[in-house]
Amino acid sequence: MKAIVSIIGRDRVGICAAVCTKMADYSINILDITQTIVQGNFTMIMAVDLERASASFGEIKGGLAELGDSMGLDIRMQRQEIFDAMHTI
Amino acid sequence: MLTQKEILSTLDMIGRQHLDIRTITMGISLLSCSDADAEKACGKIYDKITRCAENLVRVGEDIEREFGIPIVNKRIAVTPVALVAAASECEDYVPFALTLDRAAQTCGVNFIGGYSALVHKGMTEADRKLIRSIPEALDRTELVCSSVNVGSTRAGINMDAVALMGRVIKETAERTQDRAGLGCAKLVVFCNAVEDNPFMAGAFHGVGEAEKVINVGVSGPGVVHNALKSIRGEPFDVVAETVKKTAFRVTRMGQLVAQEASKRLDTPFGIVDLSLAPTPAVGDSVARILEEMGLETCGTHGTTAALALLNDAVKKGGVMASSSVGGLSGAFIPVSEDEGMIAAAKSGVLTIDKLEAMTCVCSVGLDMIAVPGDTSAETVAAIIADEAAVGMVNNKTTAVRILPVPGKKVGDSLEMGGLLGSAPVMPVHPQSSAAFIARGGRIPAPLHSLKN
Repeated sequence: MKAIVSIIGRDRVGICAAVCTKMADYSINILDITQTIVQGNFTMIMAVDLERASASFGEIKGGLAELGDSMGLDIRMQRQEIFDAMHTI
Repeated sequence: MLTQKEILSTLDMIGRQHLDIRTITMGISLLSCSDADAEKACGKIYDKITRCAENLVRVGEDIEREFGIPIVNKRIAVTPVALVAAASECEDYVPFALTLDRAAQTCGVNFIGGYSALVHKGMTEADRKLIRSIPEALDRTELVCSSVNVGSTRAGINMDAVALMGRVIKETAERTQDRAGLGCAKLVVFCNAVEDNPFMAGAFHGVGEAEKVINVGVSGPGVVHNALKSIRGEPFDVVAETVKKTAFRVTRMGQLVAQEASKRLDTPFGIVDLSLAPTPAVGDSVARILEEMGLETCGTHGTTAALALLNDAVKKGGVMASSSVGGLSGAFIPVSEDEGMIAAAKSGVLTIDKLEAMTCVCSVGLDMIAVPGDTSAETVAAIIADEAAVGMVNNKTTAVRILPVPGKKVGDSLEMGGLLGSAPVMPVHPQSSAAFIARGGRIPAPLHSLKN
């Protein structure tokens, strides 16, 4: 299963490192990363593959949200199909 | 490959523009539950509903979590109970409503619809018993919704049923007076009711439907409003195109969720209802979309034209995005459930007469309208008759959901809270329609030929 992880919040040192470490902890393969600053906000979007993930979707989502809370970031994970459905015919 | 802009636009629609799936509704046929013994029938009904919808809420929540899209309501619609209860030898149908309520509580759904009767041409003894029991049923249950179809384009309008519903609505308002007339918010009178509507209070599982089915209702007034903000002053062709494109995206999401729910619940996918359903939250209003088109206040001259464009463009955009479209499909204009409508009604610009005109070009009808408590049953019935005539002649669904709560007068407000919102009491014409309603009988169906 492929998912999109979005990380939005105030820029600071170590966001990428922390999120990537978390992904590695869950055995999640990162397929693509884009990162930019939109209107002063740090915005990172990752496409990930959950095929070999070591935890359930809900647990990973919860773990990422917890990490986000501790760093003042909004981290969400959603299945990729919802974006595909909305933006491709 | 998805672009960052596309991903962010979806996140923004869900996060700030209130995009959500309004409802996943499971339709369940209760035709197999009829029994001469009412108690046995109720037992079968409870067992069937709780068996079919056992996982509905859990699956809805799973999809919500995985796709990151809120699914506001999980609901059940059943075969019109008058048809199921007809075989039972009993006078009182309230136990059927209590059974539905209990089953809905067990499944954890928000509402269960189908305490209904279809009487557009005539009333059976069972229909009459069910309609008479509606006030008590809605008083004694929490999650049960009721609807009565009093007219159709093919059959005309059953004016005896219309008169009866005027009295039933008044009695329901009286019995649930202590809850701001909540019973009336769960009671809809239809003309041309559809069999696959996932929205409450009018959802029921039609007799032409399968054993069970999943229907999904999308929402998204905030998304449409936001899209229109970026094209201020542009001609209507551009407005229509923009609404179409937005409706397409919203509906694709609905289709995805519907298919996923259908697969996980092992229940056939029925339809996606392409409705723009507002909520009382700021930024989730249909009225504000109409105002965005250039109207100072919803209800002023031009409102009907703006709504006609919106309603049509939503359907055109949505129809290509789903493999099967149905239900009510159009823009909803429930007054109490729409922040902009509430404001327009409070300011006196939006009147019942204007709302009636608006219902000629959009989905459903006079919806969630509070009227003075001293409005007579005949006036309520006459309002229903007008609305049913609009539906009958224009070959569309119309409905009335009206709250004549005792003691309330123009200037007051009914506070129902949640998605039902707040209803400013709107004035009705004081002149009597009593002699008109007293005639009874049937208004014949309109001609279907000689259309030149």
